[in-house]
Amino acid sequence: MGFKLIPDRMGQVYVFAPFEFNISDLAPYFFTTDHPSRSYLLTNQNTISRESDLSGREYKWGFVTDVETDLAPKGLSEDIVRLISSKKGEPEWLLEWRLKAYRHWVKLAEAEAEPTWSMIDYPGIDYQDIYYYAAPKGMNEAPKSLDDVDPEMLETFEKLGIPLQERAALAGVAVDAVFDSVSVATTMEKQLGELGIIFCSFGNAVKNHPDLVKKYLGTVVPYTDNFFASLNAAVFTDGSFVYIPPGVRCPIELMTYFRINTEGSGQFERTLIIADEGAYVSYLEGCTAPFRKSSQLHAATVELIALDDSEIKYSTIQNWFPGTKDGEGGVYNFVTKRGRADKNAKISWTQVETGSAITWKYPSVILKGDNSVGEFFSVALTNNHQQADTGTKMIHIGKNTKSTIVSKGISAGKGNNTYRGQVLIMPGAENAVNHTQCDSLLIGDQCGAHTVPYIEVRNPTARLEHEASTSKVSDEQLFYLMARGLSEEEAHHMIITGWSREVFKELPFEFALEAAQLLKVSLEGAVG
Amino acid sequence: MLEIKNLHASVLDIDDSEILKGIDLKVGKGEVHAIMGPNGSGKSTLANVLMGRFDYVVTEGDVLIDGNSILKLRPDQRAHLGMFLAFQYPAEIPGVRPWQFLKAALDSKADANGEDKMSVRNFSKLFDEKIEAVGINPNLVKRSLNEGFSGGEKKRNEMLQLEVLQPSLAILDETDSGLDVDALRIVAEGVNSMRSPERSFVVVTHYQRLLNYITPDVVHILVKGKIVKTGGPELALEVEKDGYKQYMAEAEVNA
Repeated sequence: MGFKLIPDRMGQVYVFAPFEFNISDLAPYFFTTDHPSRSYLLTNQNTISRESDLSGREYKWGFVTDVETDLAPKGLSEDIVRLISSKKGEPEWLLEWRLKAYRHWVKLAEAEAEPTWSMIDYPGIDYQDIYYYAAPKGMNEAPKSLDDVDPEMLETFEKLGIPLQERAALAGVAVDAVFDSVSVATTMEKQLGELGIIFCSFGNAVKNHPDLVKKYLGTVVPYTDNFFASLNAAVFTDGSFVYIPPGVRCPIELMTYFRINTEGSGQFERTLIIADEGAYVSYLEGCTAPFRKSSQLHAATVELIALDDSEIKYSTIQNWFPGTKDGEGGVYNFVTKRGRADKNAKISWTQVETGSAITWKYPSVILKGDNSVGEFFSVALTNNHQQADTGTKMIHIGKNTKSTIVSKGISAGKGNNTYRGQVLIMPGAENAVNHTQCDSLLIGDQCGAHTVPYIEVRNPTARLEHEASTSKVSDEQLFYLMARGLSEEEAHHMIITGWSREVFKELPFEFALEAAQLLKVSLEGAVG
Repeated sequence: MLEIKNLHASVLDIDDSEILKGIDLKVGKGEVHAIMGPNGSGKSTLANVLMGRFDYVVTEGDVLIDGNSILKLRPDQRAHLGMFLAFQYPAEIPGVRPWQFLKAALDSKADANGEDKMSVRNFSKLFDEKIEAVGINPNLVKRSLNEGFSGGEKKRNEMLQLEVLQPSLAILDETDSGLDVDALRIVAEGVNSMRSPERSFVVVTHYQRLLNYITPDVVHILVKGKIVKTGGPELALEVEKDGYKQYMAEAEVNA
């Protein structure tokens, strides 16, 4: 497959597609006819016919009210975008932005520009067969307090182990929980407010802090960035917003918990985090979805803005439903995450990806300011029929910028795991340093591990190191641990968590424990 | 305690690879047996087969612990019965701390036997004591299990595990190889201090020198997969003097 590096576009580094692809190279891979539901990407015809169904109607065709959920009709159109915006009570400028994004996305869809360069294989997504707005009943207006929240929903979050209410304070975690598309409760908003910290749902931020949102929205991931980012910009329904004022060190971990509940709904949240000069914040994100035989689309966008001397640490544990053992259902996770680090700022991405049928995700850092630092620590696990194509991009623009990439891919069952990373050293990035380490671990003999590093250096003072390894859990290791009394599963688990240690140690403690536990659960049935 | 009956074992999936060709052995409670033999005689294979290593297959015979066959048990189940193998070449496990590993091993044993798990506090105390007793550099246990350990450090780490896990049957697979005299003495002292009427040892070794420090009750000479001679501690001294030549000749004749 002929992957090519995208030509450099000076001054426009924010807007290029993650990786250029040569669609004809991949066509045989995607056009095979053995899969009945593979209607290859989105056809124009499909878009037009669906749109004509809705044409002439106002958005008062309203909500299909399910037992628990208000749904907009399936499908995507300008009307749906307008509907979402009006449901959220958004100002005109945001609606305009969404519409621009939608029109851009339509163009991309018509050009069949859904990215296909990644090493993932899935039946085409019918974008007209998705609910773009699903809100828990009675939640069209965000609840004012936890008392307004449906007790059943609180119970769901309790089952997930999310510390809402008082437990949040005890746990020292502030939680924003997004249920389908609407933010349910943001805990500790008031306590944080005393420090000038804003931590709220995206919707509330638009209402209460429109200037901040307007100033930063789309500055790191513009709506033209890529197919999924355009889609997200058009239809995002909620997400989290964080602002840390200058010089403030956020005293607790901020956390958002995402959950897709409604069958056939997509989740399109948008997160915007701004650390003002000299600020610090550690942000955690967790995700789950219930068991569904049909696939669910998740296309999120996260933008981080680290102003001079600030630091943002962003940790993810992604455990979306991975599909059944036979590869039915599961979440298609197409996520665009990117941060901009100004002078002396640091952005650190840590992710543990155990869920989703498909993961397409490249949390990246634009090292814009001098002496800025970007880090990416990742453990991605694929079991059964899961596919992950994940990595990072480090774009060095400022002088003395430094980036570190540690990627650990674990493949089991028939899982396929690809690391795809790009390190780009721009001409002005004097003395840039990058260290990349890609390790793959294989369990069984039907899985795959792939490493696709792109390196482009335009300044001769740069220093880059790249290390890669592929290993298997050896019989010697297993026998050694079992001879001491550990069961085969315990032994595998110990070997794998040990192997992932470099990444786990970057996670906050409780999160690291959860991550280790998740690996264990995700590998059940993969060994023995 | 341990009874081996006409044990035949081959390498898994390889034809004509029989290594153990009919071993009979009885180790009573509290006894220390040494198994000596030249390279390639099957000493290490015997030690590994006893512990249930996956890449060997038992084709004939039986191994009993307290009268019950263990051949169908997995290695972890054998460990829960009180068996322990000190490895000749312990595996390196990146990112796993010796502390964490030993606690998990103790916990799994407690679980299997329906006992309470040791508290972290008590375990820490025990662990620190044993580290000192075995003479392990405390910095070493902050590293990954066996990773970058020298040969001697690996062996001491095996002794540490032996001391913590307190098995009822300990099999030492050439624990003396690669050790300097000081380390050898520490290993021997460890074994000697753990000798008790309730605990048996099978010490597999090529050289007699370990037996200068550990006095075995019984010595077996293993050649070409068979025990060709059994005797008291004096047998080890004979080997030291004359080598294995005469036993190898005998084995040829018998074969």
